[in-house]
Amino acid sequence: MGFIFKMAWRDSRRNRGRLFLFISAIMVGIAALTAVRSFSINLTNDVDREAKTLLGADLLLSAQQALPDSILQRVSAQAAEQSKVVNFMSMIRFPKNGATRLTQIRAIEGNYPYYGKWKTEPEAAWRSFRNRKAALIDHTLMLQFGIQPGDSVQIGEMTFVVEGDLLSAAGRAGIASAIAPVAFIPAQWLDSTGLVQRGSRIDYQYYFQMPPQRSADELIKPLEKDLEKAAIRDDTVESRKRNVGRAFGNFGTFLNLVGFIALLLGCIGVAGAVHIYIKDKLPTVAILRCLGAKGRQAFYVYLVQVAGIGLLGAIGGAALGALIQKILPWVLRDLLPLEEVSTDFSFVAAGQGILLGLSVAVLFALLPLSGILRTSPLRTLRAAYGENENSGRGLRWAVYLLIAASVFLFTWWLIGGWLQTLYFIGGIGVAFGILFGIARLMTWGLRRFFPRRWSYTTRQGIANLFRPENQTMLLVISIGLGTMLLSTLFLIQSLLLKQLEFSGSGNQPNMVLFDIQKNDVDSVSALLKFHKMPIIQQAGVVTTRVETIDGRTKLQDEADTLKALPGWVWDREYRVTYRDTLLDTEKITQGAWSGVWTPGEPIKVSVSSDLAKAMKAEIGTKLTFNVQGTRMETEVASVREINFNRVQPAFMVLFPKGVLEQAPQFHFMVTRVESEPQSAAFQSSLVQRYPGISAIDLTQILKSVDEVLSKVSFVIRFMALFSILTGLLVLVSSIYQSKYARIRESVLLRTLGASRRQILGIYGMEYFLLGALSCLSGVGLSVFSAWALVKFVFQIPFEPQWLPLVLTFASITALTVLIGLLNTRDAVRKPPLEVLRSEV
Amino acid sequence: MLTTHNLTRHYKTASGQELTVLDNISFDIAAGDTFAIVGPSGSGKTTLLGLCAGLDRPSSGSVTLNGVSLEQLSEDQRAAVRNQHVGFVFQNFQLIPTLTALENVMVPLELRGDSGAEKTARAWLEKVGLGHRLDHYPSQLSGGEQQRVCIARAFSNDPRILFADEPTGNLDADNAAGIVDLIFELNRSASTTLVLVTHDLELARRTQRILKLKGGKQETIINNYE
Repeated sequence: MGFIFKMAWRDSRRNRGRLFLFISAIMVGIAALTAVRSFSINLTNDVDREAKTLLGADLLLSAQQALPDSILQRVSAQAAEQSKVVNFMSMIRFPKNGATRLTQIRAIEGNYPYYGKWKTEPEAAWRSFRNRKAALIDHTLMLQFGIQPGDSVQIGEMTFVVEGDLLSAAGRAGIASAIAPVAFIPAQWLDSTGLVQRGSRIDYQYYFQMPPQRSADELIKPLEKDLEKAAIRDDTVESRKRNVGRAFGNFGTFLNLVGFIALLLGCIGVAGAVHIYIKDKLPTVAILRCLGAKGRQAFYVYLVQVAGIGLLGAIGGAALGALIQKILPWVLRDLLPLEEVSTDFSFVAAGQGILLGLSVAVLFALLPLSGILRTSPLRTLRAAYGENENSGRGLRWAVYLLIAASVFLFTWWLIGGWLQTLYFIGGIGVAFGILFGIARLMTWGLRRFFPRRWSYTTRQGIANLFRPENQTMLLVISIGLGTMLLSTLFLIQSLLLKQLEFSGSGNQPNMVLFDIQKNDVDSVSALLKFHKMPIIQQAGVVTTRVETIDGRTKLQDEADTLKALPGWVWDREYRVTYRDTLLDTEKITQGAWSGVWTPGEPIKVSVSSDLAKAMKAEIGTKLTFNVQGTRMETEVASVREINFNRVQPAFMVLFPKGVLEQAPQFHFMVTRVESEPQSAAFQSSLVQRYPGISAIDLTQILKSVDEVLSKVSFVIRFMALFSILTGLLVLVSSIYQSKYARIRESVLLRTLGASRRQILGIYGMEYFLLGALSCLSGVGLSVFSAWALVKFVFQIPFEPQWLPLVLTFASITALTVLIGLLNTRDAVRKPPLEVLRSEV
Repeated sequence: MLTTHNLTRHYKTASGQELTVLDNISFDIAAGDTFAIVGPSGSGKTTLLGLCAGLDRPSSGSVTLNGVSLEQLSEDQRAAVRNQHVGFVFQNFQLIPTLTALENVMVPLELRGDSGAEKTARAWLEKVGLGHRLDHYPSQLSGGEQQRVCIARAFSNDPRILFADEPTGNLDADNAAGIVDLIFELNRSASTTLVLVTHDLELARRTQRILKLKGGKQETIINNYE
């Protein structure tokens, strides 16, 4: 053993820089994984510690209607204190500048939150606004419309003073503001706003604080059945903790996987670099064997070297991970429910990172290391006596198997499900396989159709791609995979936004007005006309619930555990409309459309294909609706496919004309605005006159979606950066490793009279082709994967933007050439003899 | 000390044909003898040396080194025999480029677990006149110096037999003469058996017997004392 360690140490002395460079490729992956792991551990601890602040109370009951007294009284009797928040969407308007925005109004009564506090400006505003005719406005809105505390805001028929700027509230992720900004008002003014009317979509929340020693979980246990029956959701500190844990768990898994891809890329780099390193070491191995070293001894010498440097790299990676972990809360700030996540150093995460780094370094180096066992001592007499190609085949397969099993088990450890693990490994395997195939095809094609008449430097540059010790395979896989990850992300984001923009282009509708009272329909129509806006569609909306499906009630359905329908089919409030014609976004796929009801016949409704599937409904299925107290027997007469890619309301259930006209209802209108100023002017006058009407503007949706996508994609890009960085390190490392082989060649060429320019030309051509082909493969694959994603997942047309892809291609290719030329400058600058003497 | 009997070695060519590189070679070398293998390029000299030193296996025939029949042994067992009883001097020195001169000489000693490796290695380097260049790497030494390090390494483990493959092939005339003198002098003082592969007949004549090879076949064995 002494000899092995001594030899490993001595032999590494003149190669440490080189060894460290190749291990740096896995350092980045380890850093990413350690950072994410460490962050997750801290987040879990913080969530545990601040669990009560996340909910702000011990128990939350929420429902789409006010809690029945029977339940409310039973809970209140045991609670120390309670608060009520009424939530609904409505337009708000700032008289200061006439700006309007669809906002989530939260009318609060009581002292909620009982744990933690909200961050407002001024600081005390989150308490003081409750006793005044004042509102707390989301920071996003304040910023967007230049509102200051002291300005006023019109909500419904009331005008409130803006008491403060709501910077953050515990339990609410920053990104929620982009989706639905909030405005808090004291509940005592709710009725005066005139916004709560029959049919309005309202969410009621009741927050309870329990007396000391009393648990909320114990309190709701006996109530569970009653709560379920009344479609009341309950949330306790424990369940909120679980939900936050689960939500971040999924995201954490995703971040881990992105880090893991970087690590895998690094591993390929390590395998490639060790391969070249060991190839250079084979003469030394032959000498050792000639002097009496056993095959295993020589093997262990280099295994110890790789393991040692792997350990150092892993420690470096873990340390880097600890630093990156400090900025992760900032990167993820908009997606976290907690305002601050601690950044304590996690020994567990660091330990796991170090162990992982060491294992993958050794595992992926085993394959090239196994070449040592096949090295004959005869090589000392003649270099041509290489290795016995046939020996060690079993060992090589054993190593392949070991690598596959380890990658599989590690992925499973990260994800947790066998099937998902298979998908992930399968996906990565396919990408690797395709890139591997491309590299093979490329080298074969270049060899087969070698341009014999081209200039000498070009021919040499091309030939370097398929000569022994070429880097083609390694670089095509590493650069290709990195480029693919980045450009797929980019393509998907731009395609989604483009689709949204497209859905409002041409003469397509781009604004929907909701909650129009029947009496206001005519005057709103006049207002639209005044603003030169067309009425593309107008209809009534009635709120209903499903009571029975083919005579079965929810309770009967639930008793049959095998056939039970999803709970939402029974619990949700169905907003239905009625008309005698189909829209161009709807297509009947089953049955026949019946637009008008004939008295005495069954009421023939049309359901969307998604609902039909969830309800297991067929043509002829009987549905009983409860239309605000009135039972209505209907029959499914048709199933519709709906194209959701339009800005207009889509209805799961469509009634024929002649049934719901007299039911309590509100109306909606679909229109089109041509410009932002037109939209702003219309919305301002609409809110001023009809404060209860909500307008959904596609421009606003686009802005929100863009904001959300930007925030999410920033995080994804941040993680993808690790893959790119790894790809670059693999690039630098593999070019550096191959330098030794290329140096000999360039020295020989220079000795034979080649000029520096010619040598640079050869390298330039080689690295240009390598970079260009790798990048092209990556971009090509990303176009394919983006196409598959938009076709099968998002189901939108595939019209990618090519310019950014061309820019990605050009910049990564240029970078490859630059790194390649920088790395070979020694071979060109120094005199041949000096290079030959200092080669070792 | 070394006996070969009907030693034959075939290789398969890329086209699948069998090529006989050595054909029925038989000879004996007694302990302490000096023996040269000569012949033109491609006559099978180096292949014969490789088989005699246990670096390769014969296709047929046998090699007995120090009483041990090599063809029966595994590669690791042959490695042990080399470490215990064999020293090598190569045409291209075969020093490990990442180790200093001293460390290169220490390798065979350390491989056998010799606790006094450094002391012995130092002594041998002094003996070959390189006491002042212990910490130099091979790339910092001249060809003649590198070959001296190689000789010091070959003798350091006190071998029973020394194989020298064209030891002066990469050296100028002055250096070559010095190296040859050194090998023969050390060989005498250590009573080692010497097997020398060369195409230099002058050098071969300094040994007791010469085996002439041609086209892989044993042409003749000349006894220099006759």
